[in-house]
Amino acid sequence: MTAILEVDELSSGYGPVPVLRDVTFEVPTGTVTAILGANGAGKTTLLRTLSGLLRPTTGRVRFDGEDLRGVPVERLVRRGLAHVPEGRGVVAELTVEENLRLGGLWRRDRADARRAQDEVYQLFDPLARRRRHAGHQLSGGERQMLALGRALIARPRLLLLDEPSLGLAPRVSGQIMTLLRQLCDGSGLTVLLVEQNVRSALGIADQGVVMSLGRVVMATPAAQLRDDEQLRHAYLGF
Amino acid sequence: MTATRPSEVPTERPPAAPSALRRLLPGAPGSGTVGGSTLLRHLIVAVLAGTAVVLLTNQLPPYQNLQVARVGAFLCVTAGYTVLVGLNGQLSLGHGALMATGAYTVALVQQALADRAVQGRWILPLSLLLAAGVTAAVGLAIGLAAARLRGPYLAGVTLAVATLVPAITTIFTDVFNGEQGLRFPAETPPASLGAYFQPERWLAWVALLAALVTMVLMANLVRSRFGRSLRAVRDDEVAARLAGIPVARTQVLAFVVSAACAGLGGGVYAVLTGTVAPGKFALELSLFLLMAIVIGGLGSLAGAVWGAVLLVALQDLPSLLTETFTLPSGLARRLEGNLALAVFGLTLVVVMLAAPGGLQGAARDLLARLGARRRHPSR
Amino acid sequence: MDRFLFLTLDGVSTGAVYAAFALALVLIWRAARLVNFAQGAMAVATAYVGYAVVSATGSYWLGLGAAVLAGLALGALVERVLMRFVGHANPLGDVIVALGLVLLIQAVLGMVFGNEYRPTAVPFDTDALTVGGIAAMSPYDLWVLGAVVVVVALLALLFTRTSLGLRMRASAFAPEVSRLLGVQVSRMLTVGWALAAAVGALAGMLVVPTGLGLHPHAMDLVFVIAFTAAVVGGLDSPAGAVVGGLLVGLILSYVTGYLGPDTTPLAVLVLLLAVLLVRPGGLFSGPRARHV
Repeated sequence: MTAILEVDELSSGYGPVPVLRDVTFEVPTGTVTAILGANGAGKTTLLRTLSGLLRPTTGRVRFDGEDLRGVPVERLVRRGLAHVPEGRGVVAELTVEENLRLGGLWRRDRADARRAQDEVYQLFDPLARRRRHAGHQLSGGERQMLALGRALIARPRLLLLDEPSLGLAPRVSGQIMTLLRQLCDGSGLTVLLVEQNVRSALGIADQGVVMSLGRVVMATPAAQLRDDEQLRHAYLGF
Repeated sequence: MTATRPSEVPTERPPAAPSALRRLLPGAPGSGTVGGSTLLRHLIVAVLAGTAVVLLTNQLPPYQNLQVARVGAFLCVTAGYTVLVGLNGQLSLGHGALMATGAYTVALVQQALADRAVQGRWILPLSLLLAAGVTAAVGLAIGLAAARLRGPYLAGVTLAVATLVPAITTIFTDVFNGEQGLRFPAETPPASLGAYFQPERWLAWVALLAALVTMVLMANLVRSRFGRSLRAVRDDEVAARLAGIPVARTQVLAFVVSAACAGLGGGVYAVLTGTVAPGKFALELSLFLLMAIVIGGLGSLAGAVWGAVLLVALQDLPSLLTETFTLPSGLARRLEGNLALAVFGLTLVVVMLAAPGGLQGAARDLLARLGARRRHPSR
Repeated sequence: MDRFLFLTLDGVSTGAVYAAFALALVLIWRAARLVNFAQGAMAVATAYVGYAVVSATGSYWLGLGAAVLAGLALGALVERVLMRFVGHANPLGDVIVALGLVLLIQAVLGMVFGNEYRPTAVPFDTDALTVGGIAAMSPYDLWVLGAVVVVVALLALLFTRTSLGLRMRASAFAPEVSRLLGVQVSRMLTVGWALAAAVGALAGMLVVPTGLGLHPHAMDLVFVIAFTAAVVGGLDSPAGAVVGGLLVGLILSYVTGYLGPDTTPLAVLVLLLAVLLVRPGGLFSGPRARHV
């Protein structure tokens, strides 16, 4: 199995204080990897560094074998890397339709962008019913669907998701997790997931990467984290 | 030759600079001293600086003394202005109009007294005090509105105030005599100084005294509890409010103090020529003043000195050019006035982009670097 | 009554120019969260270019086109060379840099063209037509009104119907998210400045002939009025800017008509203060509070 994402000795942070220190792990193609850890472990910082919003101080990120250093954020989505930021990133002032269109604007293949948009509406039918509503009129679950759907319009190969179940009802977040698993199995999408809700994340993940204070303390098959109570207790506190 | 001197004049004034510099250096020695001795130290520095400049004015020809006087008048304004913009974060563009308020107050008071044939040496201080007082009242009115406005909104409102001067003088033309402006008796040296005492030297002294009083007051204000409140409000209003600082009152008071300084400076400025006219207080004046405090370093009183000096020195730039090089008369006429404007504008842009700390900030960095080298000679 | 009607029509026509100018301010505010205090000086500079082309070629329309193109170029230049590099350490930095630019532009114009008022050619008669014995709008007023209506309509189409407009709106509302979606946000900022300066250039071309003529300071008061109009409409709202412009145009027309032209600056200040103190979000602000 080849790795679509290789993170090598990555450090970064805001200003002089490093948040990430020498983070190293790999994400195998076509799998779901969950980044786990307490608040302040550096999970969001990791995603922001991977997608180029933060510049790494040292270390390297390779996506599909290519070094991402110096690649501007705007170009990454063209290469097949989509990032759904924390807080869902729906543009509240734009309508559902406009948000989805925005996701495909960079694509040359207009017809396929439109096709992808229709697929999103089929996937999330609440969105189809609210096309003309502004982002701020949507419920939390609808916003998450919109953000996720908008990312899928780019037809990414790697999807970075930051806290997709934050503030959602358990049933809704469960549906979203199931959907991610299906996308992975069905279309070969690779997912890198940051999640506070460890149980539901481990429920769909193939691999778990546990972070603490900016370092990776363990990268192991998710099944092992699910089943080994001692391990769970030591690293995840339950 | 005539125009190279003015820029030398102010550099003769470092006595004031080191103290202000030391005061504004973070964690400088003596920063914990209590109010009384601070006032004393500022007074000593002011007396020393004053003496130095008085000695200097004895050596200068009339025109240069008039320039020293203009520096003094502008220093009153820039000192108060930099406290408002730099330390309190309120960007007023109406300080030219506030200067006009002070200038017209002096003119009206002196004219009224002259019409009644009232004479006496007390007229000058009285009219200047009234100038500061009336302008402070106007500043209170603007400040009350300003306390509810932020950033570009405040700048826009005060910009509207700045465009008001010509309109007001025309609407109330019976009082302000429209575009012609007002004349009042010129200030003369007291007889005790001798019959042949150079009038310009006396004007320089008057302006200097006003500037020193303003500087001492502002220097103490900056160091006081109120000064700390000003900065706290600028940095974070919510935090300041949580710390028990009355934010609105602090902002209004800052505006009033700054306006009083501008009024005093405007009054002195009027006294220098014995005339006031709306043309002198156009929008550009406000922008010049802004340039002066930005180039000196926002919030720095030593920077206010730099700014006042440059304001006077740079305004003479075109005449220096036209005297040095023989230019076609058409070009010379176009450069007149415009060249200084261009230099000011360019300075404002470049300083803001390249050295937001201004000259004083750059000097501070340099000193800090030298100090660091002295402490670590091995490096 | 005739006078009232005349002042109303006059107010609508000058208000249209204020609306266009306020719209230019709103465009930059939305794109960059700053008020471009150099807007007036930039518009005057492009008007000088426009009227220089008019007198060189004899064609008003070529001059108008040149002014708008110069506006596009100047706006992009100012954003790329200056505004992009204003640090955020001082929140007043952008205002101060813009004011420095005002001094610089006006000085350069004075040096190149002189500080005299220059008469400007207009394509239409400026004498009012009389309709039924009542002095109404002049053909020039009608042209001004028509031009502004067309520009506003084009801008509305651009922002709501095109993908460039969608990109620009998204960049303004959510720059980081837009970048993640592949939008080149910094380019959108440049486009926003260029567009705003072009609209400002058009407004400048239209307003200069109605005043004393071309002069480096010809737009000083117009800028303050347009700022007022933008604030009346709420700085965030393009539609508000248009309504605010018309409203301010009408009010000022009545004030100047009944109280004399010298009262204009005073009326502007009173209006500006009244709006900011009573309804800081503008007349059309929604329930969402805005940080003034």
